[in-house]
Amino acid sequence: MTATAPTLPTPAPQDPTPRVREELVALRRRIARRATLVALVLVLVLLGLSLTALTVGSATVGPLEVIGALTGAEGTTSFVVLGLRLPRLALGLVVGAALGLAGALLQAVVRNPLASPDIVGLTGGASAAAVLAIAAGATGAAVDSAALLGALVAATLVFVLSGRGVTGTRFVVIGVAVAFLANGFLGYALTRASLTGARSAFFWLVGSVGSAPWGDVLRVGATLTVVALVLLLARRRLSALALDDDTARALGAHPVATRVVAILLSSVLAAVAVAVAGPIAFVAFVSGPIARRLRGSGPALATATLVGATVVVAADLVGQHLVPGTLQPPVGLITGALGAPFLIWLLVRGERRKESPA
Amino acid sequence: MNAAPTLDLEPRPPRTRSRRPPRRRALLGALLLLLLLLAAVAVSLAVGARTISPGAVLAALLDPAGGSSPDTATVVVHELRIPRTVIGLLAGLALGMAGVVMQGVTRNPVADPGLLGVNAGAAFAVVLGISLVGITAPLGLAAFALLGSLAAAVLIGTIASSARAGSSPAVLVVAGAAVTAGLTSLTTLVLLGDPAALDRYRFWTVGSLTGRDVEMATTLAPLLVLGVLTALGLSRALDALALGDDVARGLGFRLLPTRGAAMAAIVLLCATATALAGPLVFVGLLGAHGARAVVGGAHLRLLPVAGVLGATLVLLADTLGRVVAPPGELEAGIVIAAVGAPLLIALIRSRRAAGL
Repeated sequence: MTATAPTLPTPAPQDPTPRVREELVALRRRIARRATLVALVLVLVLLGLSLTALTVGSATVGPLEVIGALTGAEGTTSFVVLGLRLPRLALGLVVGAALGLAGALLQAVVRNPLASPDIVGLTGGASAAAVLAIAAGATGAAVDSAALLGALVAATLVFVLSGRGVTGTRFVVIGVAVAFLANGFLGYALTRASLTGARSAFFWLVGSVGSAPWGDVLRVGATLTVVALVLLLARRRLSALALDDDTARALGAHPVATRVVAILLSSVLAAVAVAVAGPIAFVAFVSGPIARRLRGSGPALATATLVGATVVVAADLVGQHLVPGTLQPPVGLITGALGAPFLIWLLVRGERRKESPA
Repeated sequence: MNAAPTLDLEPRPPRTRSRRPPRRRALLGALLLLLLLLAAVAVSLAVGARTISPGAVLAALLDPAGGSSPDTATVVVHELRIPRTVIGLLAGLALGMAGVVMQGVTRNPVADPGLLGVNAGAAFAVVLGISLVGITAPLGLAAFALLGSLAAAVLIGTIASSARAGSSPAVLVVAGAAVTAGLTSLTTLVLLGDPAALDRYRFWTVGSLTGRDVEMATTLAPLLVLGVLTALGLSRALDALALGDDVARGLGFRLLPTRGAAMAAIVLLCATATALAGPLVFVGLLGAHGARAVVGGAHLRLLPVAGVLGATLVLLADTLGRVVAPPGELEAGIVIAAVGAPLLIALIRSRRAAGL
């Protein structure tokens, strides 16, 4: 496995000839143009999906009526649209975006595409703690805090145990071990709960955006906004992490400190999303690789955020309308069943730049 | 174990000594493990929620039919403790050996039937059998478990044989996690519509030895024996495979039949273990690495010792689970996860130098 730096152009010689500089500028411009284009297309796809989500259902509502309801018309239609479909759509959007960003962020700072919150046990820790809380009868903010605590404990464990070699495969394998540990706790919580408790926990564990109070949407949305702002402010430090640590240090960045903060942010995002919607499988893992493929280069946090939202909304639509039978499988089942083969395909075929040596 | 270079003029011991544990020590280690297993069996029979004196347990054991008017102690020992001891013994043995075969054939130190999703395949098929076809007979369930783990094993084998995944433990482990998660999604899909099956499943899936039928053990024993024999028969081929594909071919082993036979052994062992005790993770991993530390890398010795170690592990975990939370009990699978995950982490950390 070669450890080529991501597609950042190789450092130019000290006095680049004008020609080289021109080429660099052109390359940057090309990358930026492609990023804008991809973002635009994704936003259009999201708009299309949103419109579908608002119009299609057991009662079909025309696009014009949807717009009417959104702009304040009264009646049953507007109850269906505003009361039922819009919250579900909004929750899908923010949860998907949060998971996508959490995954891409972790993958970027650990420099390993396998290191996503759902693989290395962050969502596992959050789920185990949340189910323990649910089994103990907690609701709302208490479940949120439990999930956050669980994710942070798991993140700390993985980070401390993998020691100085935070990048590379050790982080991933230790993370998988932590995930299995969390799974053991989860099993314990499930067997201790009453049958009804176990059943509701079991539903929750699948990951669903079906019940969506506006408070949940706001909580996830607010967290997402804050984290995104912090990342935007720190984007130079983050892109320095794409180089190896020594180079980053030479450029004046503090790779270890940046990484700790980034892992923290990723845990918070993942935990908030999981507390509200349950551990929706694979969204955090696949968003980064999909975004990188679309972009063709570079760490693509913003693109991954959009991809995450698209994946969750699309999977929820599939679950609601395209699966035959009366049982409407929650979104987590769809992403789990479709995500696993995709992930395996990714692993076997591989991305061009797959792994940095440990 | 590297001796510092010294200046004495005595002949140096042969180099092989430092490479693997000396024969005497290996034999001693194996014997100790066997004793440990016997102790684990004894403890598993003697300890439980109800306190029964060792004498009463012994009396119950020596009284095969349970007598004409059996007392409580006899009933507890015969109906509860003997079945779960037998089942723990068999499941642990099978998983320990399966771990060795799996690590040998993939040449990957993190291979474990639970970690790589083979047990999840068996679990999915069993749930499918219970819920959709309504099968309850042990043999039918075992057949489903066999099919499920076969499918998962073929899938994982294909992934592991791709150059990238096979060479990197991390990629293989993540592929295993993906297989597990995907199969769990499908299992959940089946269970969501079937509360009764869910109730049974949540206890079965953590890996527990309670409430299992000893009839299951007798039905599945032939399959288990077949798996054990296949694995032992493969030991020389696995030794050769450890040296690399080319060397193995040069030594006269054909790769495809060897891999196929190894797959068959893994499937037989894992499916019976999962049908007996539910999907247990980490037993294969711990058994294989523990055994390697004691007797070195030769598979003919490695396999039985790993089996003994796996059985000991499951029995001790089960017994521990019975006493830590007095009125209720902790399932063996949970105890093993709590012990196994830290050990996996320790293993990874100790292999720092080996480039992991």
